[in-house]
Amino acid sequence: MKPLAHSLRSFAREWRSGELAMLLAAVALSVGATSAVALFTDRVRGAMEQQASEALAADLVIESRDPLPARFEAAARARGLATARVTFFPSVATTATANQLVEVRAVTAGYPLRGSLRVADQPYARGAPTRTLPARGELWAEPRLFAALGLAPGDKVRLGASEFTLSRVLDYLPDQGWNFVDVAPTALINDADLAATELLGPASRVSHRVLVAGAGSAELKAELEGQLARGQRLLDVRDGRPELRAAIDRAGRFLGLAALVAVLLACVAVAMAARRWARREADAAAILKCLGARQRTVLAAYALIVLWVALAAGLAGALLGWGAQAGLVALLGDLLPADLPGPSLAALPGTLALGAVVLGGFALPPVWALGRTPPLRVLRRDLQPQLGALLASLAALTAIVALLWWQARDPRIATLVLGGLGAVVGGFALVAWLALRALGRIRGRVGVAWRYGVANVVRRGRESVAQLTAFGIGIAVLLLLGAVRTNLLEEWRATLPADAPNRFLVNVQPDEVAPLAEFLTAAGVAEPQLEPLVRARLVEVDGVAIEQVKLADPRARSFAEREANLSWRSTPQVGNRVVEGAWWKPTAVGGPEVSFEVEIARALGLELGQTVTYDVAGERVTARLTSLREVDWDSFKPNFFIVFSPGALEGAPATYLTSIHLPPERSAALLDLTRRFPSVTVIDTDVILTQVRDVIARASLTVEFVFLFTLGAGVLVLLAAVQASRDERRFESAVLRTLGAKRRTVLAGVAAEFLTLGLLAGLLAVLAAGSVEWLLAREVFDMEWRPDPLLALAGAALGTLLVGVTGLLATRAVVDHPPVETLRKG
Amino acid sequence: MEGTEDAVLLRAVALTKQVSSPEGTLTILDGAALAVARGETLAITGPSGSGKSTLLALLAGLDAPTAGQVFLDGVELSALDEDGRAAARARGVGFVFQAFHLLPALTALENVMLPLELAEHAEPRRGAEAVLAEVGLGARLGHYPNQLSGGEQQRVAIARAFAARPSLLFADEPTGNLDAATGARIADLLFDLNAKLGTTLVIVTHDAGLAARCARELKLAGGRILGTAAAPGVAIAT
Repeated sequence: MKPLAHSLRSFAREWRSGELAMLLAAVALSVGATSAVALFTDRVRGAMEQQASEALAADLVIESRDPLPARFEAAARARGLATARVTFFPSVATTATANQLVEVRAVTAGYPLRGSLRVADQPYARGAPTRTLPARGELWAEPRLFAALGLAPGDKVRLGASEFTLSRVLDYLPDQGWNFVDVAPTALINDADLAATELLGPASRVSHRVLVAGAGSAELKAELEGQLARGQRLLDVRDGRPELRAAIDRAGRFLGLAALVAVLLACVAVAMAARRWARREADAAAILKCLGARQRTVLAAYALIVLWVALAAGLAGALLGWGAQAGLVALLGDLLPADLPGPSLAALPGTLALGAVVLGGFALPPVWALGRTPPLRVLRRDLQPQLGALLASLAALTAIVALLWWQARDPRIATLVLGGLGAVVGGFALVAWLALRALGRIRGRVGVAWRYGVANVVRRGRESVAQLTAFGIGIAVLLLLGAVRTNLLEEWRATLPADAPNRFLVNVQPDEVAPLAEFLTAAGVAEPQLEPLVRARLVEVDGVAIEQVKLADPRARSFAEREANLSWRSTPQVGNRVVEGAWWKPTAVGGPEVSFEVEIARALGLELGQTVTYDVAGERVTARLTSLREVDWDSFKPNFFIVFSPGALEGAPATYLTSIHLPPERSAALLDLTRRFPSVTVIDTDVILTQVRDVIARASLTVEFVFLFTLGAGVLVLLAAVQASRDERRFESAVLRTLGAKRRTVLAGVAAEFLTLGLLAGLLAVLAAGSVEWLLAREVFDMEWRPDPLLALAGAALGTLLVGVTGLLATRAVVDHPPVETLRKG
Repeated sequence: MEGTEDAVLLRAVALTKQVSSPEGTLTILDGAALAVARGETLAITGPSGSGKSTLLALLAGLDAPTAGQVFLDGVELSALDEDGRAAARARGVGFVFQAFHLLPALTALENVMLPLELAEHAEPRRGAEAVLAEVGLGARLGHYPNQLSGGEQQRVAIARAFAARPSLLFADEPTGNLDAATGARIADLLFDLNAKLGTTLVIVTHDAGLAARCARELKLAGGRILGTAAAPGVAIAT
């Protein structure tokens, strides 16, 4: 016998028998859930890299304070790559009556190589993308320059020795930077006009850049790496936004773990279906052996069938995942860039391997046992293939560890997830078991159909607990995220005082502090407080360079690596509470002191008494850590992680910011404000809050979407359990009907069973979701939690409908089976 | 002895099967000895629980004896492992069962091809088609077992049993699941093919009529063989 041909014939014939279809569905669901997440994350990562390129306006940048030799461009062109040059420097734009600090950006044709400029005809109008650049003698500027100099498009402005026509308004530059406290507006001119301005003296603070883009940029980078002179450096997308990349990776891993819950549940369905399939195939295996097939041949024939299932399921799962990732993209909508790269096939092999692991761990052990069916079974039906419990558990455990490892890619996280998942599943199973026990007590008090149904739920205790757990978790997550999306955020917003600040004013120059305060007081803002902000980089802790300080926490690492916002105050901000150490006395003498927000201090491993040194515009400022604070971020007051004692940052270049409450009827004052203080940026907190809520809502929708797979897995577990109990149910139904029960009574009993199961699952989910919601309300949002009867109703209804309907549909055929046929067969 | 050894196809020596049960060790077959000559037809009869099926299982190498030996065509089956016994069956043993035991996933033709493929026959399809035609099912090659009547299924099983031209054929209550008329036709077919191909036939049966059609009958009771256990002219080595 050729096992290959035999397996193909059997697969084709048997896949409709149910068990193989169930195996296939469960594996397809696993592959589908994980490939949806993998494909989706891959696309977002691709978009992020695209955006990182955009933030550089190139794929690779060579940067230097000194003019760059032409050889870089020559090397790039030799590889067929596009190039452009950008020269940046600060300067002053002047008119006959006014002047303004600007960031001059002189560019050659081709700029930007990635992304595009958006320009408008009027200041603050919405711009349209353009591929053109300022012609010679033209200058394009950000709206703030128009406002500061009181100019309109078409007016003249001087830069050094040249005069320019302000021809267009820059709405967006891809490489503008992310820091909204940039002081000077950008002035874009053609590189050909640069020399004539005579601004590039030897002492000027210039940054020269050669931009490169195209396939092969990475190779060019490798080539150039060894050839850089002092002061020259290479930037590529990796240097773009490391924290964004880390965030996407984390989100991807989180979604992957969410998908893993569905996979693990699907494994239960796989194990049940495979076991039953193996039992049904035991006769055939025994006949094959009786006819002279060796153990190896039988094993190969059945293992090959599993392989066909794996291939078919992999294909179906990949298609499912492909569709589902499109669903995820649709859910996130405009949170994602419009030009999201398409899904790439590269994400699929991993998920197919996952399908193989699921089958290997949960379906192969019964198949292995099938290979060992005694041939004597042809004469003695009672001989079952022996499924070694040890082998099965070992295979399952190995598979689970492999799956976790694959999703978490970190032993610590894998252990944590295993523990957390174990605790959640264990908790659900325990409550489910208790509920079943309680149910057992009431069955004497209900009618015959319900007694029969409830008795079945209790009697199939193990299966019932598995189903309750599966559905309970799935429904609980949907309820919880639904509640977070709707109630919790709304309620939190309602707890904010009506006069909470609703506008932030940033980029206030030191000489504008007094006039702005006056202006605000006149506009009805009580005691406006302007907080100083100084940008600086952490360079040393206790005299040790920060590069040498070990930081395990990635958040701390990124915090240490980027510029921090420092401030100073004589007294703590309202809503700040010193939890360790003591705030400085207003009259304190002695060295500079600093206060850190407690969580960031812990992440950085800082302790009271240590000293930190910041590089503030080239000056080193060292201060002793004397207090740690808790900060009430919901106060919408300007707050800082790091606050220095007054005087410590004296002379450092600072801008100021404040937050104010402006009732809607007085928002006209803002117009006045922007006119009088053109460099001040006004940020609407309502807009930010709406954005935050939108992001949270979409993110929870995404997670809910992934948990739909968990519900799907729950349905499969239910179907597999019904299938496993089919013969038993058929027999019971036949006996009941022989004893005179009407078909309707038997059906009512089955309905009672699944409605009970569904109701219990729903209530379990409501209990779990409610508890977590209560915790969230108390610990995160700091507010009273009110039980939501709608939530309870939704959970119970969802469970009852889902389990009740699925169960009834799956068992109908059993009840309809003619009893005489069943009884004759025994 | 030497002169008759070639004539003996199947020989059992002091065959004993014991199983452990909650009441202690149970002896199902107790020192059975027999010899079957080539081409002979033998019926094994006896009441339920007399050890008929166990004897059949041991003779066919489907099970291993607690003590004693089985020789098939001079090869000691009881000394082989399960795969070795399977290979020996593939080479020269066919089976017909009471419950037909066709593979439900395979068509009539595929079921009959199976032993030919297992014996690595050169043209399994042609051989299977020929033997199916011989049992009168040449027109139903593509039917699955559940599309055939009980009698037809047993014909397929007989075709499968004879397909590889085995030297020995075991039949376990071959007419037990069939009505009398169909059973009689199946019995005719079995004996006709046997006569035509010169196969040695060992039938386990309750059916006195079927037993009477065999050249010799071996009666079992309480795990022991009653009466003569050897074919005329064949010695039983003990």
